[in-house]
Amino acid sequence: MSLAQRGRRITLVGLVLLAGVYVRALAYTPMERFQGPAQKIFYLHVPAAWSAMLAMGLVGLSSVLYLLLRDARFDRFAAASAEVGTTFSLVMLTTGPIWAKPIWGTWWTWDARLTLTLFLFFLFLGYLLLRSAVAEPGLRARYSAVLGICGLVLLPFIHLSVYLFRTLHPQPIVLKPSSPSLPGDMLITLLLSFAVFTVLYVGFVTQRYALSLEREAQGSGDVGRA
Amino acid sequence: MGDLLAQAWIVARKDLVLEFRTRTALLSAVVFTALVLTVFNFGRDPTAVATIDLAPSILWVTFTFAAMLALNRAFQLELENGALEGLLASPLSRVSLYWGKGVANLAFVAVVEAVGLPLFVLFFDVPVGSVLLPLIGVIALATVGFVAVGTLFSAMVIRTRFAELMLPVLLLPFLIPPLVGAVQVTARLLASRPLSESVGYLKLLAAYDIVFVSLASVLFRFTVDE
Repeated sequence: MSLAQRGRRITLVGLVLLAGVYVRALAYTPMERFQGPAQKIFYLHVPAAWSAMLAMGLVGLSSVLYLLLRDARFDRFAAASAEVGTTFSLVMLTTGPIWAKPIWGTWWTWDARLTLTLFLFFLFLGYLLLRSAVAEPGLRARYSAVLGICGLVLLPFIHLSVYLFRTLHPQPIVLKPSSPSLPGDMLITLLLSFAVFTVLYVGFVTQRYALSLEREAQGSGDVGRA
Repeated sequence: MGDLLAQAWIVARKDLVLEFRTRTALLSAVVFTALVLTVFNFGRDPTAVATIDLAPSILWVTFTFAAMLALNRAFQLELENGALEGLLASPLSRVSLYWGKGVANLAFVAVVEAVGLPLFVLFFDVPVGSVLLPLIGVIALATVGFVAVGTLFSAMVIRTRFAELMLPVLLLPFLIPPLVGAVQVTARLLASRPLSESVGYLKLLAAYDIVFVSLASVLFRFTVDE
């Protein structure tokens, strides 16, 4: 089985599982008492944010590995991860306002995590723009690795700088020192959707990676270009 | 260490002498700063918004743009006649090349800010007399942050397409943390609040400077060496 086929299969499994998680979220997970049905978007919004963060983390990590080992595979992977991450952050940035309008009464607010994810999106865009603006593959790989590392280091600073303002976002509910504050049923649905979005991430990145390989094989010799 | 600083100084002095002999870039940046300040005057309704409320944003948006303009030309002049290849072939260490470029950029931006600040006081009648020293301290802290990342990125973008556009797109997200800190501290200073209220932001500024100067010193060689 070729890499592209494998990627398509993983994505297909992810999409089926996504449907399953949504059946569970809509039909078998209790309604949130104050927010009503609006809260259901939670099971799409939060895992999309998770996948976007995962994508950025892996871009940073593979950038470090590329600069250390100079293996084109890491560059190809970083490019794929950044593109998939851009898509997931777009999902997060669209579902966010849809949820915020009925609950917070506003489409957008400069709250700490909103700002952070917006800049995550800008970083992805800048990363992809930089890749498209450098013609020579070796140079592109090094430049984008430098940017990927800097971007990963920047995110905590952005979070910290806007966190010093007051924040409107719900406080962390899963990863926090005390036990998760989400009711059991909702927590299970959320964790399942995290898992599904991770599967989707892997599927998308595998396909994107395979696409780069195909382009390179076609003779352009362009690592990481789609 | 002493060697490194001596080498850095050679690079910085070369750039500053060049800058001082031609003066075109420096003068352009100063005039640009004055123009942005006047644009701000017409970009608000003076009967509706008190100047003091807008003053920190005016000052920092102006300085951010001025810094960007200055950083755009940092490596541009090395492109002519293959000057960069000459620098790289010389026995200079990469770290000292980065530091030298950084110091020259810092001096360039400092001159622009040294003209911009009095103009800002003159145009907007902001009382800075009593807080001048801490204000200069904040400007220095934020400018070091701007220049640390900007010098690294300007070495990359010169070899990309649309270099003049690429630098702002890549750099602006990175200027957000120092900008947030600088604006908040400036606002508190101008409102004569005690310095203790700004400690959080000052720590943020200092941490940003330390982290990005170190990171860029390490990463710089990947932007110039094969």
